[in-house]
Amino acid sequence: MDKIFRIKRFDPEKDNAARWEDFPVELGPHERLLDGLVRTKEFTDGSLTFRRSCAHGMCGSCAMKINGRSRLACQTLAGDMPELVVFEPLPAFPVIKDLVVDMEPFFEKIKSVMPYLVNDEPLPSRERPQSPEEMEKILDSIRCILCACCTSSCPVYWGDKQYLGPAALVKAARFVLDSRDRGGKARLDLVSGAHGAARCHSIYNCVEACPRDIDVTRHIAILKRQTLKRGLRGAR
Amino acid sequence: MVHRFDTLVIGSGLAGLSAAIEASLQGTVAVIAKLYPTRCHSSAAQGGIAAALGNEEPDSIEWHVYDTVKGGDYLTDQDAAGTLCEDAIKTVIRLEHLGVPFSRTPQGKIAQRRFGGHTRDFGAAPVRRACYSADRTGLAMVNTLYEQCEKQPVMFFPEYHVLDLVIEDGRCLGAVALELKTGEICAFEAGATIIATGGYGRVFKTTSNAMASTGDLLGILYSKGMPLEDMEFFQFHPTGLLGLGILVTEGARGEGGVLVNGNGETFMQRYAPRIKDLAPRDMVSRAIITEIKEGRGIGGNDYVYLDLRNVPKKTLETRLPEIMTFSNIYMGVDPSEKPIPVAPTAHYAMGGIPTDRDGRVLITESGAVVDGLFAAGECACVSVHGANRLGCNSLLDTVVFGRRAGMKAAEQKDKSGPGMPPGAMERAREAVSALLNNKGGVRAGAVKKELQELMMDKCSVFRADAGLKAAAEEIETIRQKAGNISIDDKGKQFNTELLEAIEAIHLVNLGEAIVHSALQRTESRGAHCRQDYPERDDENWLKHTFIRKKDGEIRFSFKPVCITKFKPEKRQY
Repeated sequence: MDKIFRIKRFDPEKDNAARWEDFPVELGPHERLLDGLVRTKEFTDGSLTFRRSCAHGMCGSCAMKINGRSRLACQTLAGDMPELVVFEPLPAFPVIKDLVVDMEPFFEKIKSVMPYLVNDEPLPSRERPQSPEEMEKILDSIRCILCACCTSSCPVYWGDKQYLGPAALVKAARFVLDSRDRGGKARLDLVSGAHGAARCHSIYNCVEACPRDIDVTRHIAILKRQTLKRGLRGAR
Repeated sequence: MVHRFDTLVIGSGLAGLSAAIEASLQGTVAVIAKLYPTRCHSSAAQGGIAAALGNEEPDSIEWHVYDTVKGGDYLTDQDAAGTLCEDAIKTVIRLEHLGVPFSRTPQGKIAQRRFGGHTRDFGAAPVRRACYSADRTGLAMVNTLYEQCEKQPVMFFPEYHVLDLVIEDGRCLGAVALELKTGEICAFEAGATIIATGGYGRVFKTTSNAMASTGDLLGILYSKGMPLEDMEFFQFHPTGLLGLGILVTEGARGEGGVLVNGNGETFMQRYAPRIKDLAPRDMVSRAIITEIKEGRGIGGNDYVYLDLRNVPKKTLETRLPEIMTFSNIYMGVDPSEKPIPVAPTAHYAMGGIPTDRDGRVLITESGAVVDGLFAAGECACVSVHGANRLGCNSLLDTVVFGRRAGMKAAEQKDKSGPGMPPGAMERAREAVSALLNNKGGVRAGAVKKELQELMMDKCSVFRADAGLKAAAEEIETIRQKAGNISIDDKGKQFNTELLEAIEAIHLVNLGEAIVHSALQRTESRGAHCRQDYPERDDENWLKHTFIRKKDGEIRFSFKPVCITKFKPEKRQY
């Protein structure tokens, strides 16, 4: 099927502002939009710039805005898209070149929530026990691939760049919900500020955008409840 | 810009992250990689990590060693396999302690399942040895190790592409890299450098490997005249999604899935009567291609079915959820209702940079090392996988040997070298500029495509003299084309076209190493199957191949296989 790829382009060494460029692309209905981008780069215009790696939704590199929505180019099939496919860089992050945005602000937020298991208890000689039911509580959040589709779609983040954003909050929730973790209070403090979980307005854009079908808002709601409880206890 | 660290790790997959954590306990560590750390291809590993924990049924380290050796068709170095399997148990326990979210048994232990080639009682029947986190074990491990690195003083330099390793007088002094964002060339000086850059499946047309899996550092070493080991052994995973090559884990068969041909029959009982669909990957891939060649593909076409309809839906949803999603998205198939169309896909390089058990890079088959240079993970050849790797042994390899390399490397921190020679960055700058200004008019994409199709056609699951000779000639033509690659993008910042051109040149070099290694090994062993030499030949070929290219001439030398306990036997399952 014939498609028009309309791509928002920006070369920091040449352009003062972003410009649009159309490329005709032929794709089978089961082909990925990423296949079209790769072919266009390899055989039409080598300067077309985007990130990609695993090409099947596990690495999170090719997150971009496609027909108005943050998603993975490798997980979107040609057959599911109209003839005109519009590509833009992920919203809310500084653009470096074409479809490549600066991911540093995103990863800085992830790093700020103590994104690791905290447990200083003496280590047992074997694995720490965890029941399947306990493990199930983190089953949703451990699927995150840090692609930034959620954070880039969040209207709160658009307006408040200090807001931790959905991905960092999911990361925090992943540990808060882990029966093996003992970092609870300190981590809850990190997500309880004015730019933390309470900033979420439950708009659900993140849930809609997540290519991994993670119930992002539910995780943020859990953090809201726990930070609130802790706040109330603190006040007493 | 010159950076200085005690240890430099190149690559941020599981081997690199494991090495970095270990080395950071003793000194400063930089991790440079062409991707962001969590974008590495280890994240795509699905099925599990092998360890004889015995959580679900009795198991033993010795059975694991035996399976690894037999799975590798006796080319596995048995001392290294011993290290791998002995370290496996404490490695998995340590991963759990670091936070890896493993799936659990009802008693709260790490759950284990069956996997290809892993057996009890030396081959009697399949055993539950694979520890897993549903079918996203790699992602779970990568996230955990990355998180732990953030806790340690590990400095990440994401999106830095290594252009050259600096080796002077038998000693590695560090690396020269291009910062993608700025286009600046910088140097990383280090007491020890660890290569952990993963695989190079992109040398083939159909592969489960990421687009970034281009073996750049192997290409750099090969072009320096350094040896690569056992390059003829490249594993094709039996079950890649048709046309795309996306991996469908062996765990799917471990949970009860079966392969079915065009007549609607299961067929693995004819090739591996005892363990059938859970035979090692090389055998299953050959069985599938044989079925197809004999006209029993689905509708006479080039694929078979992986049928999961006899696996309870609950099991599919809890233990194979990613497979359910991939099949749905890419094939429009719900595996609980319809079988999945699959065909073999280039998956794993058994061969690579020769190392000892501490990750030290060997420069000769007799064991001389490059001072200060280490390698671990898929890019390395220890060799624990011999002629064919067993499923779940690769995640294990990355962590076990990544750690060992990290430990050994950190010991080198006080032995600081003479520093970067003045010409090192200038040489890299000139090479980049030559590439940017080349007016040859050939597109890197065209070079890659030609190479990948050639390798698939003449050097994949089955090989023979005529095809390999033709491939060797054609690669020479492709090499000449690669010398004429032109680049549209003349800019400095985020020039991914430049990097793709560099990657294409490395891939051509690795293709050459694979084809020539395959041509000289006149026997069939593990994943290397010569139709003109169908039998294993222990008398002449129970040895590792070292290939190197000096002054344009390819040379071979050989290293004996370390055999301790298990004498080579006929390999039947």
